[in-house]
Amino acid sequence: MWRDALLVASKDVRIELRSRVALWQVLPFAVLVLVLFGFALGPGPATLRSAAPGLYWLAVLFSTVLATQRSVAIESGEGTRDGLRLSGIDPGGVFLGKAAAVALQLVAVQVLLGAGLVVLFGVRLEAWWLALVASVLATIGLSAAGVLYGALSAGLRVRETLLPLLVLPIVAPVLIAGSRAWSAAVSGAVGPGTSWLKILGPFAAVYVAVGIGLYGPLQETS
Amino acid sequence: MDPAVHLRSAVALAGRFPALSGVDLDVAPGEVVAVLGPNGAGKTSLLRACAGLVPVTSGDAVVLGCDLREDRTAVRRRVGLLGHDASLYDELSAAENVRFALRAAGVSSRVATARADGALDRLGLVGRLRRTPALRLSAGQRRRAALAVLVARAPELWLMDEPHAGLDAGARSLVASLVADAATDGAAVVLTSHEPDLSVPLADRVVVMAGGRVAEVRPGGRDVAAAPPLLVAVKGDDADVA
Repeated sequence: MWRDALLVASKDVRIELRSRVALWQVLPFAVLVLVLFGFALGPGPATLRSAAPGLYWLAVLFSTVLATQRSVAIESGEGTRDGLRLSGIDPGGVFLGKAAAVALQLVAVQVLLGAGLVVLFGVRLEAWWLALVASVLATIGLSAAGVLYGALSAGLRVRETLLPLLVLPIVAPVLIAGSRAWSAAVSGAVGPGTSWLKILGPFAAVYVAVGIGLYGPLQETS
Repeated sequence: MDPAVHLRSAVALAGRFPALSGVDLDVAPGEVVAVLGPNGAGKTSLLRACAGLVPVTSGDAVVLGCDLREDRTAVRRRVGLLGHDASLYDELSAAENVRFALRAAGVSSRVATARADGALDRLGLVGRLRRTPALRLSAGQRRRAALAVLVARAPELWLMDEPHAGLDAGARSLVASLVADAATDGAAVVLTSHEPDLSVPLADRVVVMAGGRVAEVRPGGRDVAAAPPLLVAVKGDDADVA
């Protein structure tokens, strides 16, 4: 399964590097979300700093939807989807590989957004490790949930519009826990902050496990 | 010798609708069967059912010794399907697409590269064409690349959906030699076609489908002319065939 995951992830990453969808669409979109929310909140530095973690995670969530849609689109052709099913490749490996490729894109998004928070909103992380752990767990959870629901909507004509409706409510716990953990990381209140990791960790573990188990059946039905 | 394909009263659904309505068909290893019939006759569904992509809901369906009604995924690694759409990733080159298909089938990187090169050479995709993203290849070149995947994988059962579609004269004769070589190597070949002139000479047997069933079976080969019932079936007059 791990070998298959590596094969699929390298294939998806190579396709993304060539198509440059992440570079020219996902990354600018994430920054745009951050800036526009900043405009909506007004120029007050204190307001921006307190809202920054929530804005950051909203931008990450929206970017997850875009990256997932692209991941689904790679396999949307009748021929490529059949080719993957006929290859005998482990469906769990396909899920892990596609989730890993989405996760890599989300890492790039978060690096850019993190820099944006520092430059545009003047945010300083007092407990950077807390923010890092929260981001790692959230990225795993978001990419796993995104790819799982992407598989659910893959065969539908309305998948582009349906996917956000499926994914965004499901990942609301990540938005809440990620924002709270990052707020704690900004303020330096490590104790309350670590409690939010107890939501992010199980969320990631559950969606990875469910994805490995359900991706194959979903491919058969979609 | 056990047949590569054994279908008895096989019924398959495409979504909620019946695609095969009781098909009887046996294909031996090394045999080439051409499946003709009008649009909607069930030709593509027959291939997809044999590949384990469409569930067979009743009847007997055994492909390469695997009972499709028990586990239709077990047979997939052993069959090759050339579908209507070339199963290529647009951003990857022809060589990368073939290598990925082989690596996904468990072939080592070194062997995959060698087999991909051999298959692409045979299909005439050489030089710059080999490195060009599939998106920038012509329809015929994409078809050749998809054929290269099939050749490189060397499956035990070749399922080819209109293999001549979109190909020039040279590539059509290449298809003929690929099919002949696969059969000589012991693989069973089932190909669908709307062009009896091209497909009947390749086949040991010709199966005419209509309404999701086998309506007629006759010998194939170069000496068999496309007799009127065959032509009627391909043109779409089901009543005359049945």
